[in-house]
Amino acid sequence: MSKQHITTTLNGEPTEFLCDTRQTLLDTLRNELRLTGTKEGCATGDCGACTVLLDGKATCSCLVLGVEAEGKDIQTIEGVAHEGELHPLQTAFLNNAALQCGVCTPGIIVAAKALLETHPNPTEKEVRYWLSGNLCRCTGYDKIIHAVMDAASAMRGEQP
Amino acid sequence: MPSASTYSRPSSLDEALTFIQSTSGKALKILAGGTDLLIQMRAGLYPDTALLDIKNIPETMSITIEPNQVRIGAAAAASEICANIQLRQLYPGLVEGIEYIGSTQIQSRATFGGNLCNASPAADGVPALIAAGGTCLIVGPEGRRINPISTICTGPGETALGQGEFIAEFILPIPKPGSADAYLRFTPRNEMDIAVVGVAANLSVDADGTCTRAQVVIGAIAPTALVASDVAACLVDQPLTPKIIDKAGEIASQLGSPLTDKRGTSEYRHQIAGVLTKRAIKIAAERAKKAH
Amino acid sequence: MSAKTTYKWIGSSPVRPDGVDKVTGRANFGADHSEPGMIYGKVLRSPIAHGRIQSINLTPALQVPGVLAAICGDDFPDADAVQGMSSGESPADMRDIARNVMARDKVLYHGHPIAAVAAMSPEIADEALKHIQVTYEALPPVLNLDQAMAKDAPLLHEDQITRGLPKKPTQASNIAAVLNLKRGDLETGFSQADIIIEETYTTPTAHQGYIEPHAVIARCNEDGRAAIWCCTQGPFVVRSLSAQVLGWDMGRIKVTPSEIGGGFGGKTTIYLEPLAVKLAEKSGRPVKMVMSREDVFRATGPTSASRTHVKLGMNKAGKITAADVKLECEAGAFKGSPMQTACMTALTCYDLENFNITGYDVVVNKPKAAAYRAPGAPLTAFAVESAIDQAAKRLGLDPIDIRLNNAAKEGTVAPYGAKFPPIGLVETLQAAKAHPHYCAPLKPNQGRGIASGFWFNAGMQSSAAINLNENGTATVITASPDIGGSRASMALMTAETLGIPYADVNAIVADTEAAGYCDVTGGSRTTFATGRAVIMAAEKVIVSLRERAAALWELKPEQVEWRDGQAHPDSEASAGADIKPLSLAELALSAAKTGGPISAKASLTAQGAGGGFGTQICDVEVDPETGKTEIIRFTVIQDAGKAIHRAYVEGQLQGGAVQGIGWALNEEYIYDEKGCMQNASFLDYRMPVALDLPMIDTVIVEVPNPNHPFGVRGVGETPIVPALAAVANAIDSAVDARMTDLPINPPKLLKQLSTA
Repeated sequence: MSKQHITTTLNGEPTEFLCDTRQTLLDTLRNELRLTGTKEGCATGDCGACTVLLDGKATCSCLVLGVEAEGKDIQTIEGVAHEGELHPLQTAFLNNAALQCGVCTPGIIVAAKALLETHPNPTEKEVRYWLSGNLCRCTGYDKIIHAVMDAASAMRGEQP
Repeated sequence: MPSASTYSRPSSLDEALTFIQSTSGKALKILAGGTDLLIQMRAGLYPDTALLDIKNIPETMSITIEPNQVRIGAAAAASEICANIQLRQLYPGLVEGIEYIGSTQIQSRATFGGNLCNASPAADGVPALIAAGGTCLIVGPEGRRINPISTICTGPGETALGQGEFIAEFILPIPKPGSADAYLRFTPRNEMDIAVVGVAANLSVDADGTCTRAQVVIGAIAPTALVASDVAACLVDQPLTPKIIDKAGEIASQLGSPLTDKRGTSEYRHQIAGVLTKRAIKIAAERAKKAH
Repeated sequence: MSAKTTYKWIGSSPVRPDGVDKVTGRANFGADHSEPGMIYGKVLRSPIAHGRIQSINLTPALQVPGVLAAICGDDFPDADAVQGMSSGESPADMRDIARNVMARDKVLYHGHPIAAVAAMSPEIADEALKHIQVTYEALPPVLNLDQAMAKDAPLLHEDQITRGLPKKPTQASNIAAVLNLKRGDLETGFSQADIIIEETYTTPTAHQGYIEPHAVIARCNEDGRAAIWCCTQGPFVVRSLSAQVLGWDMGRIKVTPSEIGGGFGGKTTIYLEPLAVKLAEKSGRPVKMVMSREDVFRATGPTSASRTHVKLGMNKAGKITAADVKLECEAGAFKGSPMQTACMTALTCYDLENFNITGYDVVVNKPKAAAYRAPGAPLTAFAVESAIDQAAKRLGLDPIDIRLNNAAKEGTVAPYGAKFPPIGLVETLQAAKAHPHYCAPLKPNQGRGIASGFWFNAGMQSSAAINLNENGTATVITASPDIGGSRASMALMTAETLGIPYADVNAIVADTEAAGYCDVTGGSRTTFATGRAVIMAAEKVIVSLRERAAALWELKPEQVEWRDGQAHPDSEASAGADIKPLSLAELALSAAKTGGPISAKASLTAQGAGGGFGTQICDVEVDPETGKTEIIRFTVIQDAGKAIHRAYVEGQLQGGAVQGIGWALNEEYIYDEKGCMQNASFLDYRMPVALDLPMIDTVIVEVPNPNHPFGVRGVGETPIVPALAAVANAIDSAVDARMTDLPINPPKLLKQLSTA
């Protein structure tokens, strides 16, 4: 099988990789680029564990082909912390105990980042709606929603 | 996933045609948002199939509001459609329909073209699209043709498109004053679910609140989205009183041949078709009154 | 042991030791590990629910280019029946486990593994599976309790004789076991009743629904030793069970638990592990196997479908006079449903004079049931807590008062025979009654439900080691996989005991060769039992620290006291002498001079876990036109004994309740008539999404467990127990519809509303 050569920007850095035509972006990230922070929970777009930002938009990487990433900007969980500093969402997840097993956490943080970049002051309902594609089986979502609201508040510069 | 296949992402309709012609006779699938196609591919369907990605073609990606018509690219992402305020004003129900599809993540990818051509009877994007009464531009080896949207789906998973044909864009009329649409669906979960039933109502009312035109399309009660002309007929030339709307619901609950499956019973789908028809008509009527 | 009341660290909510790795994507879960030269294994699964295997031909698969190994049941020894082998929370039988991970002679459910291959890529492995030739003699599938228990029912196991009957039957049966618990006299009890509630309640097959699919990487070395990396609740259980299935000495296997993406009981047994080892042995290459979500649904978990018949007698004052409970529980393809624990917990919230509980463990052609959060308890709690609600309604009594009238307390003898030490059911009921939620106004079509629940909590075996580093920090090592923040709890208990800052303690989960034996993370046992091992180890460290200080001060160890992380001479020794206390850091730094590095280990079989009781308040709103139920408010009240990490205790309460809500409203396995699951995906197995729920309020009641130094009781399982009935009772309160068959999905509720 012939591999395709793909050029992207991955977590801010120019990145090239080879992938099969039918390989998903998720498999490409995990198996070719060894970025295993993006998780596979279902491979059918129903759990959100594989969420990445594709040109800034939250997307299930299991439903994108690696070849479709040509020329695109990809952000994964590995790129959320910047220059040794955690993103406010990451800090809020830690402080709110918003993760138990933690396997859904990367997808949720990436999805929430896309939310806060476009909606800096979301209501609880807006957060719940936005994150409804991210299944969490441990927390009952309560602390996750609190963490996202807290991060939003911190990013708006409000005192906790 | 099974290996092989070629992938092409043309940047114009002509280039796409050239690619299609080059694959003549071979298996070809159109890749728009991929939210259904990739799952099918993963399940082992379409081995050795050429993939034509139509997301790099201006016509398939743009949303244009022209004086007399609205053009929606078949591969425009749901999130782009939902973010278009003008379109939402003209066709709130149409936007509601595509907005129901999947999660935030799916919204970044899902398209009207894919939703229609996947031809699921339960597709949320389809009832309001049909109710809008528009046409679509079909591109294929034989050139271009324009067909009514209502003729595309012919059965579950089946369309009227020929080998190598794809929909490039949808062309909808600008709604007349006093017209509006609404779409409602029912799902057990509040998100991430497939419609048990979906109902689009597209109405025109005059200044007195009398219905002058109606189109009601119901999803998931028949092999394809069902154009409920009896429901529409019951509304036209009538004031939209609760009694008339109840009657419309009553008629809707008798329609179609819904299945009993993992997503609902036949009996339940009949009942919900009635309930949602009433609710969708009410919403569309309210909107239509305000659209004078 | 008595519990102190003020603590420096216990009860706080610091950031967990593994937190940063988990929010940055660095944490390695089951499928994230890789080995050089690794290849990929895939499993061929039965396409029929019941059949005899006539032949398996692996050769064509081996001929596919890129395939390096293929195996089937013949590659494993046929384990002899070993009764009573524990696999954590559920009883299991080695022969059954062996035949569940790879079918022999018969396939017993749709999805039952029949063969496996390893190839250079997952795609090639998938392709190779298509080339395996299997012929079956299809047998009629047995898909529910009635079919299984019918006269002349097709037998899943021709040699299965019902256990637990007074007289051993001679004929084989699909009923694997019967259990009976009783006290007093039912007839007398019912004769004292003013009302009798009699009803049958059913629950569907449901899955644990962990987000991480099962995954394993196995490597076999040239010396015959094997290494397994996998996501499991118990690495020692994986070692033991895998070795037995392989027919190996277990000393040949090392198991390293990865981070685990949820388990809820479903990862207390093995599925892929021995297959990966065998494929690695045959191919000479490390083999990775990862289940698809569909495989997870079809062939792992689930918990049992059940039918519970309850007859409850009550007098006008709201005192239960008699209770008769009959439970039938689907085990899946092999015996061992949670029937026993479901029976034992059925009436445990109440102090009863007359009761009879009978349970049946019934095999059917569905995947073998695995433990799921308080295994069995939600099944009977749904029934009994619904019946009590019906009784309260009939008598016009408050549902909390009626429970308080009958509540078990210290000294009550549980139906399974144990006499309760201090327990907190009454306290949770009182807290519920006092909570503003309980008297908040409701609107039309809204209703409020109350239910209580119990889980034993387990003790079992645990080990821990603590190493002091030369800078005075501590590392705590256990082999209890951390699913919900247990490393934080271990670090908190270490910090509290040693008297050092939480930040100076790191807690890790180690492999089967680096850590002492720990049973599974399950049974709500980890903070209690592994926690006790950690505290014991910390106390041993303190003994050593006192000895070191004594040596430096030229005192006897008993003249040295340990307070606030420092050694102090006792009052006698310090009288008139100017001795400055020595901190742990100072003692650690000078360890080389006082006897070498400071460390300690402890192991125990922990007894006295202390029962966990909880009460929940649920508000719903029902759409009477569609039958859809919205949860609009939910409060979980539970006795935690002592919350070590407060926020993670809250998280357990919230998560458990939400799993119960999902089970109550939408979750179920839907089968066709051939026994093929129709909804094996997250799309159609409808677990709650964020938009389906309100915030989940929690109230932590603390009635200390006298058998733990800090008073800990397990908290993980109890919160799922009351939730099913709390939802059903709220729906009845909202729209006067008593729903006895879960899930209460919209079609079912609408049907009930339209026939009422």
